[in-house]
Amino acid sequence: MSDQPSPQSLRTEAIETLLIEKNLLTSAAIDTVLTTFSEQVGPMNGAKLVARAWVDARFKARLLEDATTIVQEYGFEGGQVDKLIVKACTESVHHVVVCTLCSCYPWAVLGLPPRWYKDPGYRSRIVREPRKVLTEMGLSLPETTSIKVWDSSAEIRYMVLPLRPAGTEALDETALAELITRDAMIGVAAIETPS
Amino acid sequence: MDGIHDLGGQAGHNALGYHRDEPVFKDRWEAVVFTLVRASAQAGAYTNIDQFRHAVERIDPKAYLEHGYYGRWLGAVETLLVESGILTTAEITERATRLGAAPDDLIAARPDPTKTQTTGIPAQRNPIGEAPWFQAGDAIQTVQAAPLGHTRLPSYARNKKGFITACQGLWPYPDLRAHGHGEQLQYLYTVTFDSLNLGFSEAFELNLDLFEPYLNPIEIIQ
Repeated sequence: MSDQPSPQSLRTEAIETLLIEKNLLTSAAIDTVLTTFSEQVGPMNGAKLVARAWVDARFKARLLEDATTIVQEYGFEGGQVDKLIVKACTESVHHVVVCTLCSCYPWAVLGLPPRWYKDPGYRSRIVREPRKVLTEMGLSLPETTSIKVWDSSAEIRYMVLPLRPAGTEALDETALAELITRDAMIGVAAIETPS
Repeated sequence: MDGIHDLGGQAGHNALGYHRDEPVFKDRWEAVVFTLVRASAQAGAYTNIDQFRHAVERIDPKAYLEHGYYGRWLGAVETLLVESGILTTAEITERATRLGAAPDDLIAARPDPTKTQTTGIPAQRNPIGEAPWFQAGDAIQTVQAAPLGHTRLPSYARNKKGFITACQGLWPYPDLRAHGHGEQLQYLYTVTFDSLNLGFSEAFELNLDLFEPYLNPIEIIQ
C-alpha cells in the first residue's frame, strides 16, 4: 500500500488545523471551494461565449471589443478577471495564451488552469518555439498560418475564440457549446468536426 | 526577481506533461491549499496579488520545480503567514511532525522576517493626471534590469525592441505594490515583439503587457 500521505499534504494539514484552531479558517470554506470550482466555474462558461459568437456576428463583435463587460453581464464567478481580452483565430492567424512568470489564467471563463499550463515545459517553451510545442500537443498548423503568443504578464487575461469547425452549420448554440474545449480556448487545440 | 519562476524561453524543460483530462484538484490537500490562500488574505497575511506572487517566487527553487503548482502555493502561503506573524515555522513543523511528517522533509517556505524593502524596477514618474508617454505604433526598447525584488518584465523580454500595440490605462504597479508601497499606478501597454528580436529562431509574434517604467522610446530611422 502506498497510501502514505505526501509531505505537502501533511504540511497543508498542519497549517489547516492551526488556522481552524485560531478561527481563521472553517471546514465549510474548503467544501465551498471544492463545490464552486468543480461545478460552477469552468470552461463551460467560456464555451457559452464562443458558441454564441459563432452564431451571432454582433455578439462576436462585442466580445472582441469588450469581453470584460460581457463577462460581467453573464455574471460568471471565479474572479481573476479585471479585464478580459478575447482573440479570434482566423484561417491565417492562430492565437495561444501563456503566463511565463506564474500561472495567470482567465478563471471566470475557463475555471482553474490545467496542470500542464502551470508546469515549466509549457511556460518555458511556448514563447520560444510555439509551432513545435503546438505540434507536440497535437495541433499542426499550416505553414501559412502565423502564430501570435499572448504572455499574460499583467492583470489582463486572454481567451482564444477558436475557429468554428466545418460541418456544424445545422447545430444550435447549445449543441455547439458542447463541442468547445478548454484547450481550444487556451489556443493549444482546434475544435474537431463532430463525427 | 531573477528566480526559478521566470521560465519564459528557458531551455531544458522539455516535457510538456500534456493531458486532455484531469481533475480540478488531484488530491484534497490541493483544494485545502487553495482555500488557505484565500483565508490567509482574509486574515491579513497579505493584501494584494503581487505580494502573493512574490512569495511564490521566493520559495525554495528545488521545491518550485518539484512540488507542483499547489506545492508552490503552499510554500508561498506559509511564507506569508509566518512573515505576518499569524503562525511560526516552529509551530507548523511541530504540528506536521505530530501528523506524521519527517523532520527532514523539504520545506518550501522561505520567510524573511527582516522584510528587506527591495523593489522591482523603479518608476521614473507619477503619471496620475498625466498623459501616457507612449501610443500605439511607437517603437520601444525594454530596459535592461536585474532587480532583486518583484517585477513583471520577464528576463527573455529585457533589453529588447518592440512596438506599442495598445495603451491599457493605469494599473497598480507590481514592482512597488509587491513590497508594500501601495498601488503606485502606472500606465500599462500591450507590447508586440517579433520573435527574431527576442533571439528565438522560430518566427512568430509575441505580445506582453508591460508597464511604462519597463520601456524606453527608440527612434526608428526610416
